[in-house]
Amino acid sequence: MSRPVFVNIGERTNVTGSARFRKLIVEGDYAAALDVARQQVEAGAQVIDVNMDEGLLDSKKAMVTFLNLMAAEPDIARVPVMIDSSKWEVIEAGLKCVQGRSIVNSISLKEGEEKFIEQATLCLRYGAAVVVMAFDEQGQADTAARKIEICRRAYDVLVNMVGFPPEDIIFDPNIFAVATGIDEHNNYAVDFIEATRAIKAALPYARISGGVSNVSFSFRGNEPVRRAIHGVFLYHAIAAGMDMGIVNAGDLPVYDDIDPELRDAVEDVILNRTKNWSPTERLVELAPKYKGDKGVERVIDLKWRDAPVAERLAHALVHGITEFIDADTEEARQAAERPLHVIEGPLMDGMNVVGDLFGSGKMFLPQVVKSARVMKQAVAVLLPYMEAEKAGKPREFAGRILMATVKGDVHDIGKNIVGVVLQCNNFEVIDLGVMVPADRILDEAEKHKVDIVGLSGLITPSLDEMAFVAAEMERRGFSIPLLIGGATTSRTHTAVKIEPRYKRGSTTYVLDASRAVGVVSGLMSPGEKDRLQAETRADYEKVREQYARGQDTKKRTALPDARANHFAIDWQTPLPKPAFTGTRTFDNYDLKNIEKYIDWSPFFSSWELVGRYPQILEDDVVGAAARDLFKDAQAMLRKIVDDRWFTAKGVVGIWPANADGDDVIVWSDETRTAEAARFHTLRQQMSKSGDKANLALSDFIAPVGQGADFIGGFAVTAGHGEAEIVERFKAAGDDYSSIMASALADRLAEAFAEALHYRVRTELWGYASDETLYVERLIAEDYRGIRPAPGYPAQPDHTEKGTLFRLLDAEAQTGMQLTESYAMTPTAAVSGLYFGHPDSHYFGVGKIERDQVEDYARRKGWDLATAERWLAPILNYTPA
Amino acid sequence: MIRAERIEALKKIATQRILVLDGSWGVMIQRRDLDESDFRGERFAAYAGQLKGNNDILCLTRPDIITDLHDQYFGAGADISETNTFSSTLIAQDDYGLNEADVRDMNLAGAKLAREAADRWTAKEPHKPRFAAGSIGPLNKMLSMSSDVNDPGARLVTFDQVYEAYKEQVRALHEGGVDLFLIETITDTLNCKAAIKAVMDLQDEGYEPLPIWISGTITDRSGRTLSGQTAEAFWNSVKHAKPFAIGFNCALGADLMRPHIAELSRIADTLVAAYPNAGLPNAMGQYDEEPHETAHALSSWAAGGIVNIVGGCCGTTPDHIACVARDVTGVAPRQVPERPKAMRLAGLEPFELA
Repeated sequence: MSRPVFVNIGERTNVTGSARFRKLIVEGDYAAALDVARQQVEAGAQVIDVNMDEGLLDSKKAMVTFLNLMAAEPDIARVPVMIDSSKWEVIEAGLKCVQGRSIVNSISLKEGEEKFIEQATLCLRYGAAVVVMAFDEQGQADTAARKIEICRRAYDVLVNMVGFPPEDIIFDPNIFAVATGIDEHNNYAVDFIEATRAIKAALPYARISGGVSNVSFSFRGNEPVRRAIHGVFLYHAIAAGMDMGIVNAGDLPVYDDIDPELRDAVEDVILNRTKNWSPTERLVELAPKYKGDKGVERVIDLKWRDAPVAERLAHALVHGITEFIDADTEEARQAAERPLHVIEGPLMDGMNVVGDLFGSGKMFLPQVVKSARVMKQAVAVLLPYMEAEKAGKPREFAGRILMATVKGDVHDIGKNIVGVVLQCNNFEVIDLGVMVPADRILDEAEKHKVDIVGLSGLITPSLDEMAFVAAEMERRGFSIPLLIGGATTSRTHTAVKIEPRYKRGSTTYVLDASRAVGVVSGLMSPGEKDRLQAETRADYEKVREQYARGQDTKKRTALPDARANHFAIDWQTPLPKPAFTGTRTFDNYDLKNIEKYIDWSPFFSSWELVGRYPQILEDDVVGAAARDLFKDAQAMLRKIVDDRWFTAKGVVGIWPANADGDDVIVWSDETRTAEAARFHTLRQQMSKSGDKANLALSDFIAPVGQGADFIGGFAVTAGHGEAEIVERFKAAGDDYSSIMASALADRLAEAFAEALHYRVRTELWGYASDETLYVERLIAEDYRGIRPAPGYPAQPDHTEKGTLFRLLDAEAQTGMQLTESYAMTPTAAVSGLYFGHPDSHYFGVGKIERDQVEDYARRKGWDLATAERWLAPILNYTPA
Repeated sequence: MIRAERIEALKKIATQRILVLDGSWGVMIQRRDLDESDFRGERFAAYAGQLKGNNDILCLTRPDIITDLHDQYFGAGADISETNTFSSTLIAQDDYGLNEADVRDMNLAGAKLAREAADRWTAKEPHKPRFAAGSIGPLNKMLSMSSDVNDPGARLVTFDQVYEAYKEQVRALHEGGVDLFLIETITDTLNCKAAIKAVMDLQDEGYEPLPIWISGTITDRSGRTLSGQTAEAFWNSVKHAKPFAIGFNCALGADLMRPHIAELSRIADTLVAAYPNAGLPNAMGQYDEEPHETAHALSSWAAGGIVNIVGGCCGTTPDHIACVARDVTGVAPRQVPERPKAMRLAGLEPFELA
């Protein structure tokens, strides 16, 4: 059984749980109090608990003030609030301040049924879920039996008398402190866990929550032991069905990471395991040993800790260790004259080592990105001090680079990697994100006086947009270097289409992240800049000449001849009829059923580690880096799957279809009389020898009148939720995890497509119901039928996605959308068509001639210029 | 028909076909080129200050115009027409200095005019009953957003004041005979929640419960409400009203509104309604979208199965509604999906514990 979802409710904005927050509120320092809330959200709190129950405070006023201020902070207000008070009037005042749907914490039967019903009814009318304490007229429940009895009664009143939706009821069966030295308390944790199990079984849809820090109350002052107690307690409570808890989000140890000796001792206490000795006494004896150090983490070799601080910083950077960086940075700061000197001195020295190792192929991208995480954390320690010295001179960067993914495109893993690598090398990076229009890129470039502009894009329409940005730079009088990168870009395209449009400045194609530093450093160096630019110019001139020569020699077959040489299929054989037609939506597809389809090889190449999985793990050169990366990926994948970070949604359609020339008609129904839509395909025009055909995808579908054929389509995403996770990591300065999350989302989307295709073949269409599953075979595409995607070699026209999305109603069914360039959002998404014929296979259309473009434009209802724009990457001629 | 029967009929029709709401009132009233004396009538003849532009007051001072508009829209094929009471709350009318008695009379009169017109059309065309929806508009004072750039916690009104203002309005609309409440053009979900509570609390005073239709506004391409919520967060925040219908109106034309309606269609286990503007306003602030264009967009949504109720907001006219009504005739309404039970919460963004 997998571990169920557990919702973290941030506890640090609770005056009874946090002395610091209480002090801030009592002193009226609401700005700092808001920062506490923000940190909770950034650390992963999915709901924020706000509690102002403090004797010295006007709790109602404090609640209203704080909630109104929070409403103005979008990064905090994005999550729901838990309005927490023991006083109903404070809760009601809070309910009047939140536009979202919150949780009331709490109401109970303490003052009798009448009051309980009245308050529950109000919760219903304000629109809130509710926490019900296991508390009745007799008092607070301590034993499992009493907890269960009270919760049953409360559930009955809520559901049957008030009409409260059962899925909005959360029980808090009271977590009390254990290991207090009083024998009656020894079973408190077990009572909670048992009650949780029983309530979940007996009361459908109800949820269980609790204030976790109570359980370790007797170990106040020994945070490592308290954390261990929380970790162990939650491990068992969650397994019993606990759904959420008020916890210090971001400070929960993983059960397996707790020192085994400490964990055993804690487990005896939590589970009240009878021994020959007292579990409490043993834990009390053990506790001081863990106080003050991390306690919960095992460190293998700490010899490097004995070195001087500069060496320790370098070690931490090279090895990507964040554990001691705060203290070490602080130590270095105290020794330095100015905080800036720590950056310019030991930290940059360390990063230079990283840069050298990376440059010489001894470190690899994932490790460098981890180093960047350490660097960012160290700089974060220094920043307040640097800001404090107002008169001081600012940090000196080696240069300022603006980066953006162009308008219409949403892909940014590669751009983020380049950004991190540049930052490691002391360049200041201004990252404008994705879908950035040209005017904004150039406005920002002017505003920030940047030294270089870098553009990124993954889909083919972005090529045009980059050329447009280059032309705009020319028009607006820029002369700074322009860098081009991303999966569809190439040296040839840059030389032919982009560079000639920007004569005032220079344009350089950058193959991958490992080249970025060299190119940027060169362009920033006064001594080398001119030489490099001249070299690039001369090189691109040659590329253009070669390209022009190639243009002349590549003769194409005329369209009628190509059509005559189409791929012939004998349509006499009966075609299998699908198990269903129409569309089927897969909402919230279980990621567990997807992950086994992951093809890991592209994952490694997204980190610039080249090789096939699994051999890459044993590779002499990159094996160690690949193994580390794979381990981290597996750990994150577990969280993604078990904690449902991402939601997978997909839709599959199968429709009656027939080919009509190079088009595929999709019929409204089996009568095959009314067209629901029409897919347009493109035909190869290269000259073919022997019996090789000039292929088009329509060749794989039976022509009108020659059989009842079908075509399928799909759109899937695993990326709902990715943006939030990525943003959370980025905000915490953890680019490594943020890039990892994006890369895994992409893999899951591909795997989801693979999983659904398997189901289509064996079940939904069912033409290969006897196929057995071997993932290696799937990845090698060793099965019947294909699933080509618009925008890829077999149909390079991205706009066909529009037809596909309409037929699938993909937007409504999956929440996926198309940008103006037909990129899909969320980014981790795949769509395509299904062809079921055994002879169907993948191919590339290659370059096409003007006769086909004109024909295609007619079929699409476009003018020629529009067709030439969308087909620009495959034109075999230069449009007028 | 008594009201309970009408509500029953409304709910039944909604399962059979696409319902059509009326179009814009502002643009139609503007076309009349009324002057200050029209707005004042006899009742406010001696009134200090200007009333021109206070369209809602025409319910009292030029009822003939309001009745004519209901007739035009019903005649165009609308099933539902809204009362002319979009701004008839004490808070909104405070700008004109009107008092509680005036505001109550505006709502009562507005409801009665719509009631009479609907009943007349129902009598004439019994196969197509007509309905009156009590229009409850937003306020210029918001509960979730600061009124002072220097103080993010500042608010010009309290929840209780907003609640009281809406309570007075919905009570009078109820007494005036509306068939359902339409809380519309919602810019701030917290204001809307005060209105919802006012409606729900009416039943404690012995008023028969009426269906509620909740219509938010996605203000721009950000895809969020003015108070910052996504469509799903908005739905999660108001679904406790168990609304008869949920949807969006105003601010956007059909093309930009579609994805948000599609989203509601996916997540809302109730009817989905949409009444966009006639495109975006041109440089002169006028709407250029032609009736057949609006109708084409809305009927394609209907055919796509993402809406149950369609109509028009700013810039739409009886011609637009006639085209819409014609084009959605015979189109099957969206099937209301059943959603798995789950705790669904919201801040600015949705949160679901499935």
